[in-house]
Amino acid sequence: MDSTISTFRGALLVVFTASCLLHGSRGEIPPQPTGGGTLLPPVKPEAPQAYPDAEKSNLPVFTMDYPRIQIPFEITMWVLLASFAKIGFHVYHKITIWVPESCLLISIGLIVGAIMHSVNEEPPAVLSSNVFFLYMLPPIVLDSGYFMPTRPFFENIGTVLWFAVVGTLWNSIGIGMSLFAICQIEAFGVQDLNLQENLLFATIISAVDPVAVLSVFEDVSVNEQLYIVVFGECLFNDAVTVVLYNMFSFVADMPTVEPVDVFLGMARFFVVGLGGMGFGILFGFVAAFTTRFTSKVREIEPLFIFMYSYLAYLVAELFAISSIMAIVTCALTMKYYVEENVSQRSCTTIRHVVKMLGSIAETLIFFFLGVVTITTEHEWNWGYIMFTLLFAFVWRGLGILVLTQIINPFRTIPFNTKDQFGLAYGGLRGAISFALAFTLPDSIGRKPLFVTATITVILFTVFIQGISIRPLIEFINVRRTNRNLDTINAEIHCRLMDHTMAGIEDLCGQWSHFYWKDKFMKFNNRILRKILIRDSRAESSIVALYKKLELQNAMEILDTVSGDISAAPSIVSLYEDKKTSAKPKKRFLAADLKSMHDMLSKNMYKIRQRTTAYTGKHTLPNDTHAREILIRRHTTIRRSLRPGSFQSSAGTKSQKYFSLPAGKSLDSKLFPPERVSFTDDQETMSEVAYPSRRSRFSQPARSSSRAMMPLRRLDTLKEVSSVEVLNEGRGESGRTGRGMSRTNSSYSDSHVPAPRRHFSASADNNNSSADDFRNVHQEAEEEEEQQQPSSPPPAWAAEPRDNSTTQNPLLRRPQWNPKK
Amino acid sequence: MGASHTHTEPIEFQDLIDKTGFSAEQIKNLQKRFLQLSGNEETISRENLDSIPALANNPIKREIIGAFFDKRNQHDSEVGSFQEIGFEQFLMVMSHFRPPTLKTTVEEKEALRKEKLRFLFNMHDTDNDGTITLDEYRKVVEELLSKSGAIELETAKAIADAAMLEVASINVPHMAPDDFYEGITFEHFEQILKGLEMETRMHIRFLDVDTTTMRCGRSTS
Repeated sequence: MDSTISTFRGALLVVFTASCLLHGSRGEIPPQPTGGGTLLPPVKPEAPQAYPDAEKSNLPVFTMDYPRIQIPFEITMWVLLASFAKIGFHVYHKITIWVPESCLLISIGLIVGAIMHSVNEEPPAVLSSNVFFLYMLPPIVLDSGYFMPTRPFFENIGTVLWFAVVGTLWNSIGIGMSLFAICQIEAFGVQDLNLQENLLFATIISAVDPVAVLSVFEDVSVNEQLYIVVFGECLFNDAVTVVLYNMFSFVADMPTVEPVDVFLGMARFFVVGLGGMGFGILFGFVAAFTTRFTSKVREIEPLFIFMYSYLAYLVAELFAISSIMAIVTCALTMKYYVEENVSQRSCTTIRHVVKMLGSIAETLIFFFLGVVTITTEHEWNWGYIMFTLLFAFVWRGLGILVLTQIINPFRTIPFNTKDQFGLAYGGLRGAISFALAFTLPDSIGRKPLFVTATITVILFTVFIQGISIRPLIEFINVRRTNRNLDTINAEIHCRLMDHTMAGIEDLCGQWSHFYWKDKFMKFNNRILRKILIRDSRAESSIVALYKKLELQNAMEILDTVSGDISAAPSIVSLYEDKKTSAKPKKRFLAADLKSMHDMLSKNMYKIRQRTTAYTGKHTLPNDTHAREILIRRHTTIRRSLRPGSFQSSAGTKSQKYFSLPAGKSLDSKLFPPERVSFTDDQETMSEVAYPSRRSRFSQPARSSSRAMMPLRRLDTLKEVSSVEVLNEGRGESGRTGRGMSRTNSSYSDSHVPAPRRHFSASADNNNSSADDFRNVHQEAEEEEEQQQPSSPPPAWAAEPRDNSTTQNPLLRRPQWNPKK
Repeated sequence: MGASHTHTEPIEFQDLIDKTGFSAEQIKNLQKRFLQLSGNEETISRENLDSIPALANNPIKREIIGAFFDKRNQHDSEVGSFQEIGFEQFLMVMSHFRPPTLKTTVEEKEALRKEKLRFLFNMHDTDNDGTITLDEYRKVVEELLSKSGAIELETAKAIADAAMLEVASINVPHMAPDDFYEGITFEHFEQILKGLEMETRMHIRFLDVDTTTMRCGRSTS
């Protein structure tokens, strides 16, 4: 992504310079030297005869045309400013632990607003209704929809919808009615507000936006149910709120409301909601189906995802049905299939971009919230605003209390009082409310009052509740879920439990979600996957986790070994979540890890490969080998399998040994040969993260020494202590060399005969599998050769055999031979 | 054993309610199901359960059915297995999956959790010797993966091995190179699943209302 942008910029620059040169060389005087080649410079009518008059006015050395670039320029500056603010918060970690990021953004916005106000600058006119709904909202919602934890969501979908739909209705109507009652009191001087306007305002106010809360919940790791209910609520009540808002703003214009309108409104409500969902699912499937065929156009693959989701959004908007619902369901539907279809890189890109756009949109909104708070006109009415605050708080609390009482009997795990408190107190108001208030039609007489009241409520909830929720949640000790438990055993047992539950439910003849989940999975595996996924080989979650742990392992090794990879965690943490705010996480999302796995393995290879890949404009570089990581791994395994080290480092790190040795077998056996070559073939690479990528183009001089490397590496595999290699490596390129040297030296440390003894003990009963491995290797190799007849350097030819032979002994773990 | 409750007097249920914690309605429901499964017999045999079509696709069908005939799941200290089980035994097994209520205290929850873990453990430990050996573990993993398509035995084995090594490394961190990890004891089993959320995974909402109508045509024998 990054690289494409930078190349794009580079291209622009080239165009720019070229056009300047051209203009200059022709001796023309462009009246307004322009920035890019996109627009033709306005040419004077007498331009063809320009040569004679060229001397009349000298070539302007420096000109400026600000109005031309004003809008994009200002947008860029705003985005940059907001992003800088975000960077700033994370310089000092402790702030973001105690103060939610949204608070900080608003504060910065307030400061900027104050500055602008003092110089009488106009606030940015960005927040018009259209801009918000067409450009700012979709990324935010897509972000939440795409990163929605699917399983808990579907397990709690009833509760989520219950709170989102009924809860929002409850809040809107409750607050609206009570405010209307307040309006009847003459002392406040707001009698001119009618019921419709109050309801409209109440709708705005009841849109809960728990971004800040979610990050707290995540850090504290509250139980899954609470988390997902808050998450889902914020998503779907956006939808409900927007529907209600449209309805009420329609109604607010009408002089009288007839009962028919109420019923029509209800009917419309369902049309809007279900229609949005329908479009979402439709577009989701279409997107998934499309990605089935994108294997040849990897570089534009991610685009489909964005275009389809945006299309879903726009089409829904076209029919005036819930566009939020549409984009969320679209993201939910396609995510699963798309991520299987697209390459790892595209997958990374998609996640990355979704996150990036989402967080930028959100940052901007909070930022503008701060700015607008200062610069906009306010109408302060103590009574109305204070009561708004009070009602917003009270109705939320009451709503949760009542609604949980109703929903609890239907839940397997009921919400207890603490959960209810978390739900109620998590009801912060945020971006949506603000944007809706700000885009209120001007026909509403007391718009400034509404804006002021909304901003007050947002500021109050975000600052007071947002800051206090963490200590409170920690204090009342809400039930926690350990979401980061990824051991193989845990995964196996999760699956075991799922199947047990499904089985027991079958046995006792009642079907709740385990049953339906089971049914859906079957349907999914039999039909949907076949249609939507190119390579419809279902992958067990256990296997996935196994690979992931293996990757984690590799990551740890690389972290300690090579500076080259140090960039990897940073990408992950970026797209992992904007909510990671406070502490850097040790563990990553499963899918992230999975994608990192492949990224990593390829990147490792590329360190050496980079000179060989030259690509055309529309094709992506090709790397057909992903083995070096394994080689490195073997050396580390050897080190770790040494009896001494097994004992000494066994404490916290010991759990990682298990995944190493069998790793190769997974890689080669789980992926059918086509798959191997297919994943290898799309080396778009998240070139974002790897500084080394540049040198592929810029340092051809290295090629010769690089070409030597593979041979050397093979030597290490043959257990020849290879200190010269590392010296050479070090001399050759800074980081890479250092990384390798460390591996090698640690390897040569471990060059101890001890392990052999253990291997041989069990070697005989594994001969057959050794053969297996070799076959698979060769198969894979042949596949690759077919695909890329030219690319594999000869130095690699010998390697597979080496791999399989050296690695097989490693597979035998002496510690716990099965009782035979 | 094999106590029959075909004649449904609420008084007769009282005993079961105390024992299992189910409500009378739930028991009535389950009893209907029981009779359906057994073909109106007083006891259920393995064959009865084997022939449930809904279970046919369950990869761990064997373990699940086995659990019903396992004496260890009856809250007694007996070991061994039944040939046939009566309704009481059926209920006892089912009672492992009763969800907690709001009134359940922390200690009770802990006990429930332990019970569920024990249930899982027993599913693994087929030979009743108190440890899960590698072979037993491998078998379970193989079965778990057996329905997910193109996964070969070798992979399943590798995963089970990895899992076992993981257990070993968590529980016996300082193992001498020549040591041999025999198998997972229950304590170790608890240890490895310590952080795992059981609350959402091991509960079934037993319905109070009768769902027979929903069920028509689905039941067997």
